[in-house]
Amino acid sequence: MKKLLVLGAGTAGTMIVNKLRPRLGDEWSITIVDQEPEHHYQPGYLFVPFGTYQPSQIVKPKKKFIPKGVDLVMGSLTRLDADQNVVELADGTVLEYDYLVIATGATPRPEETEGMKGDQWQENVFDFYTLEGSSALADKLRDWSGGRLVVHISELPIKCPVAPLEFAFLADSYFRDRGNREAVEITYVTPLDAAFTKPVAAKRLGTMLEDRGITLEPDFYIESVDNETREIVSYDERRIPFDLLVTVPVNMGADFLVGTGLANDLNYVSVDHETCLSKKKDNIFAVGDAADLPTSKAGSVAHFAIEIFTENFLQHVEGQEMTHRFDGHANCFVESGGGKGMLIDFNYETQPLPGKYPIPGLGPFKLLEETELNHLGKLMFKWVYWNALLPGRDLPLPALMSMAGKEDVEA
Amino acid sequence: MLKHDSNEKGGRALSLATIAGHEVHVDDEGFMTEYDEWSEDLGKTLASNIGIEMTDDHWNAIRFLREDYKSEGVTATLRRVTNTGGIPTKQLFQLFPKKPAKKMAYIAGLPKPVGCV
Ligand SMILES: Cc1cc2nc3c(=O)[nH]c(=O)nc-3n(C[C@H](O)[C@H](O)[C@H](O)COP(=O)(O)OP(=O)(O)OC[C@H]3O[C@@H](n4cnc5c(N)ncnc54)[C@H](O)[C@@H]3O)c2cc1C
Repeated sequence: MKKLLVLGAGTAGTMIVNKLRPRLGDEWSITIVDQEPEHHYQPGYLFVPFGTYQPSQIVKPKKKFIPKGVDLVMGSLTRLDADQNVVELADGTVLEYDYLVIATGATPRPEETEGMKGDQWQENVFDFYTLEGSSALADKLRDWSGGRLVVHISELPIKCPVAPLEFAFLADSYFRDRGNREAVEITYVTPLDAAFTKPVAAKRLGTMLEDRGITLEPDFYIESVDNETREIVSYDERRIPFDLLVTVPVNMGADFLVGTGLANDLNYVSVDHETCLSKKKDNIFAVGDAADLPTSKAGSVAHFAIEIFTENFLQHVEGQEMTHRFDGHANCFVESGGGKGMLIDFNYETQPLPGKYPIPGLGPFKLLEETELNHLGKLMFKWVYWNALLPGRDLPLPALMSMAGKEDVEA
Repeated sequence: MLKHDSNEKGGRALSLATIAGHEVHVDDEGFMTEYDEWSEDLGKTLASNIGIEMTDDHWNAIRFLREDYKSEGVTATLRRVTNTGGIPTKQLFQLFPKKPAKKMAYIAGLPKPVGCV
C-alpha cells in the first residue's frame, strides 16, 4: 500500500483529494488532516462587515466535501520530519507517508506587529481576514457614526491581494448608501508604491480610489500601532491617525513548518514554480497559499495549479518526468462597490490587461473594467466554489492563461 | 547610453547599459539582470545614481543580499534581511530611505524583490 498524506482540508487540499482519489488505484491510501471541522468560504469574509452575508452563509462542514475512500483525520499538526517521512499531531498521533502534499494555507498574524493586538483590538482596530474579525467589524460598522477610516496592508504577500482595495471600495459604497459618506474620511495605506503591483492594473485601481475620494498612502511599512494616540507608525516614522483601523495583518504559513528546512521566513514552502514540487524533497509538494509561488494567493490560482499538479503527480509517482508547467495563472473578480465589479486575469509573466474573458471578443466578463456582470460573476463564484470547485469538477476554463481577448496596452 | 539588443523576457525589455565603464545587462527599470556582471565598484556607482553614499553599514546589508541570493536564488525580503541578516528594519530605512527593499536590490545588482501579486 502506498500512502498519500495531504495536510490541510481547505480549498486546495479538498480539491486535490477529490481529483486524485478516482485517478489513484486501490494500492493507494489517501489521508487528509485538518484541525477545524468547518470549511469557510473565505472570499465571503469581505462581504460580512457590510451585512451582505451572514456568517452562517459561508460555512459548511468539511466532512461533506471529502470523498469516499479518503480518511479525514482531525487534529492540529505540530511537527513534520521530512527525513523520516512522518508528521505528528498535538495529541501525539504520528502519521507516515510516502508522498506528502502541504496545503495548510496562510493565516493573519496580528501579533507580529507591535501594538496591533493592544487594547484597541476589536474596539477600533479590526481585521476581516477571519470570520471572527469580519463579524466583529460588522457589529462595529453598524453603529459607527463616522471619522477617519484607515484601510491598511501590513506586509506582502497576503491572501487575495485585491481584497483590501475591494474593502475600501465597498466601504465607500456602504457609507454612500447610508447617506453619511461626508462624515467618513477614507485612507488606503500600503507598503507598495502604488494601489497595486502591476503597472496597468495599479493605474486603473489608483484612479478608482481617486474617483471615490479615497486618499492613497503608498510605501508605508508598519512598525507599530500606537494605541494611545490611535495612529499607525511606520519604520521611517510616518504617523497616520485613525478612528477606525481595518488592517490586513502579516500573513504567514503554518508554524509546524518552522525548522523543517522546507520553508522561507514567512513559513511558505519553497517549491518549483512550475510543478509545486518542494525544492528540498522529492516526495513533497506544496499547493495553494502554503507554497511560495510568486503569484496571487487565491482560490482561483489553487484551482488552476491543481489541474496541472494532478497530471504531474500521477507522472511523478510512476517515476516519469513531469511534463506539465504551471504559469501562475490568476483570475480575480474585484468588487468595486455600487453593484459593480471588475475582473483581472494574469500570470507570472503577463500583467493584468484589459479585454474580454473567457471568450475572446465576447466575454461575457470584461477585464479591468467595472460592470454589473462582473459583480454577478463574483457572487456566482460562491455557488461555483461549493458545487464545482471543491468537489473537483472540471470547469470550462483553461488552466493556463491565454493572451487571446487581451489588449496589450502601455501603463 | 541604452542599447536595445535583446528580447522580451518576463514582459520586461532587457537592454545593455554602461555603468562605471562596464557594459552590463539591465531590465527596463535599470535593475541589473546578470549576477556575475556585478562588482562592488559597480555597486558604488549604482548607489550614487540614487543618491546614496556607501558606508560600512550599507555594505553590510548589500553583502548579505549578494550572499543570500547566491544560496537562495531569490532577492531577500526586508523581513529576511532583518531576521537572517541581523540588521534591524529601522536601520534599513535609515540607510536606504523610503524604499529599502527596492534600493538594496538595485545597488546589489539583483532582481527587484517580487512585489507580490
Ligand atoms: C478576505 C479574503 C477574501 C478572498 N477573496 C478571494 C477571491 O475573491 N477569490 C479567490 O480566488 N480567492 C480569494 N481568497 C483567497 C482564498 O480563500 C485562498 O487563497 C484559498 O482558500 C487558499 O486555499 P488553501 O487550501 O491554500 O488554504 P485554506 O483554504 O486556508 O486551507 C488551509 C487549511 O489548513 C488547515 N490547517 C492550517 N494549519 C493547520 C495545522 N497546523 N494543523 C491542521 N490543519 C491546519 C486549516 O484549518 C485550513 O482548513 C480570499 C481570502 C480572504 C482571506
